[in-house]
Amino acid sequence: MSAADLSPFNSPFAAGTAGPSVRAVKDPFHGDLLEVSMGPQHPSTHGVFRMVVTLDGEIIVKLKPVFGYLHRNHEKIAENTSYLGSMPYTDRLDYLCSMTTNWAYALAVEKLAGQAVPDRAQYLRIIMAELTRLVNHSCLVGFLFNDLGTSFTPLLYAFREREKILDLFESLTGSRMMCNYQRFGGCRVDPTPEWLAAASRLVDNFPRFLDEYETMLTGNEIMLARTQGVGVLDAAKAVNAGITGPCLRASGYNYDVRKVDGYGFYPRFDFRVPLGAHGDTYDRYMMRVLEMRESVKILQQAFRDLPAGPIMDPKSKLRGFRPKAGEAYGRTESPKGELGFFLVSDGSPNPYRYRVRPPTLINLTLLEDMCLGHTIADSVVILGSIDIVLGEVDR
Amino acid sequence: MESLEQIRDRLLARFPGASVTLVINPGAAAEHSLLLGAAHAVEMARFLRDDPALQLDYCSNATGLDWPDKEIVETKKLSVADPAGGPAKIVEEKTKRFEPGYLEAVYHLYSMALRHGPVIIRLRTGNRTDQVTLPSFTPIWRSCDFQEREIFDLFGIVFAGHPDLRRILMWDEFKDHPMRKDYVDPDDYEWEPTPHDRVLERAKAHYPVPPPAPAAPVSPTPEAKP
Repeated sequence: MSAADLSPFNSPFAAGTAGPSVRAVKDPFHGDLLEVSMGPQHPSTHGVFRMVVTLDGEIIVKLKPVFGYLHRNHEKIAENTSYLGSMPYTDRLDYLCSMTTNWAYALAVEKLAGQAVPDRAQYLRIIMAELTRLVNHSCLVGFLFNDLGTSFTPLLYAFREREKILDLFESLTGSRMMCNYQRFGGCRVDPTPEWLAAASRLVDNFPRFLDEYETMLTGNEIMLARTQGVGVLDAAKAVNAGITGPCLRASGYNYDVRKVDGYGFYPRFDFRVPLGAHGDTYDRYMMRVLEMRESVKILQQAFRDLPAGPIMDPKSKLRGFRPKAGEAYGRTESPKGELGFFLVSDGSPNPYRYRVRPPTLINLTLLEDMCLGHTIADSVVILGSIDIVLGEVDR
Repeated sequence: MESLEQIRDRLLARFPGASVTLVINPGAAAEHSLLLGAAHAVEMARFLRDDPALQLDYCSNATGLDWPDKEIVETKKLSVADPAGGPAKIVEEKTKRFEPGYLEAVYHLYSMALRHGPVIIRLRTGNRTDQVTLPSFTPIWRSCDFQEREIFDLFGIVFAGHPDLRRILMWDEFKDHPMRKDYVDPDDYEWEPTPHDRVLERAKAHYPVPPPAPAAPVSPTPEAKP
């Protein structure tokens, strides 16, 4: 490969050099084009993500995502520490939903070591995962309006609710966002009855927030004009590209790992999987709102049925934990999509290979296809509706 | 879903001359996998995706594995009859066996349409240095696009047929493949304001110690007054 092939801009029209963030490029077909480097320091990219966008006027004719600004080789670090040692580090992958990331990792290790989880811990895991889904989705619907240009007011309404849940997490685990809550074979701390009562009250009041939010924003004319028909994702293409989570279901494809794999105690719960019809940005927004309503239903059932009992499997070992040689792939439905952990053990205290299947990185596969033909302002909204978090994309 | 043995037999019947081996996973998860020969891998993958009974339309996870060269010492106990007629002696015989290393790409396939899976398939390279090319599955499952770029970046497997094979996480000028087991990070990887311990030792090795500064001229001391 020549130096031009390896250029970070990867422009087909001009040899890439690290140049200004906006520059003119020549294209024999389109004529004069403009190449804009959006990011990595740009508020709409939700972190340090970069899109190299080639524009014909205001219309996107080419878009290349550039990753790696937050890369710290999480997988290598995990190979050099014990199994439990990387549990707090999984919080930092998707720093908005540490509880579900913890669970995905614990699930994979339990599969690798063949460990059981007591009933109460299974219920607690579902409570934490669904609270996390509320946190993540309320963040997303808030940030989406930020991307649409309504600077911060809807976001702060959403953050008000999110902060209440984070207060609960803090009182339980000691940390708002880096919870480090799950262990192999159970959970770390048992919530008190007061905590459960407070959480249950919060969940019962959550639909009121959703109603308020939807009354103010969902039918908004500008919102509809900017999101309906924007960034349409075809279901067959999405399956082939490995798009998972709300983005896939917004295209009308019914695939939810909670239902398909039935991991944890999810088969015991009665909930529905919301599906979209058009696969556009508006449907992706509505998926989040509807999933929050379903999460509330799951949480109410969990608080009702939560059994008493131990929260750790008595046979689980925290020290000297060495799973038998072998490999396991555990996957869960994280709020952003299918989060998987692939672990290979050689019988030593450290994993031989530790792989995170990041849903948000793979959901970006079709970003270019979704953005082509739309304006550069729409690409911001489309990216916002995919819901990425760079701690996980770059690892 | 049919068992892996049945899938293997159907693949072998459909693609005569292809190599398909069942790889047993001894762990508790017991997720066994199929090792595909690189020569027919793309056709076999397309068959797995399009076969009506399998319809593995979704490649969830694609990742690399590094297995370095291994020297295995095997100890065999032999009983040697004593020529003097005494009891037989037990002699240990050590044999050294060299197992060449390879890189491996692992794919976890599911069917979204039929809701089954996973079927795990793997590909192996010839060695870890010059025969590191494997066929790319990106034309079959587009979800392999970024993941194969990541394997190329971090493990150094070259995927033939990938439409846009570039580094994805490391910067383009980077030379090595950091997820390999024998990777050593360079000494001047990052400037550290206060190098200490191991970092300091390595920094010393990398940057030659500057020659000692010439001794400052001694200023003539004022003579003591009488």
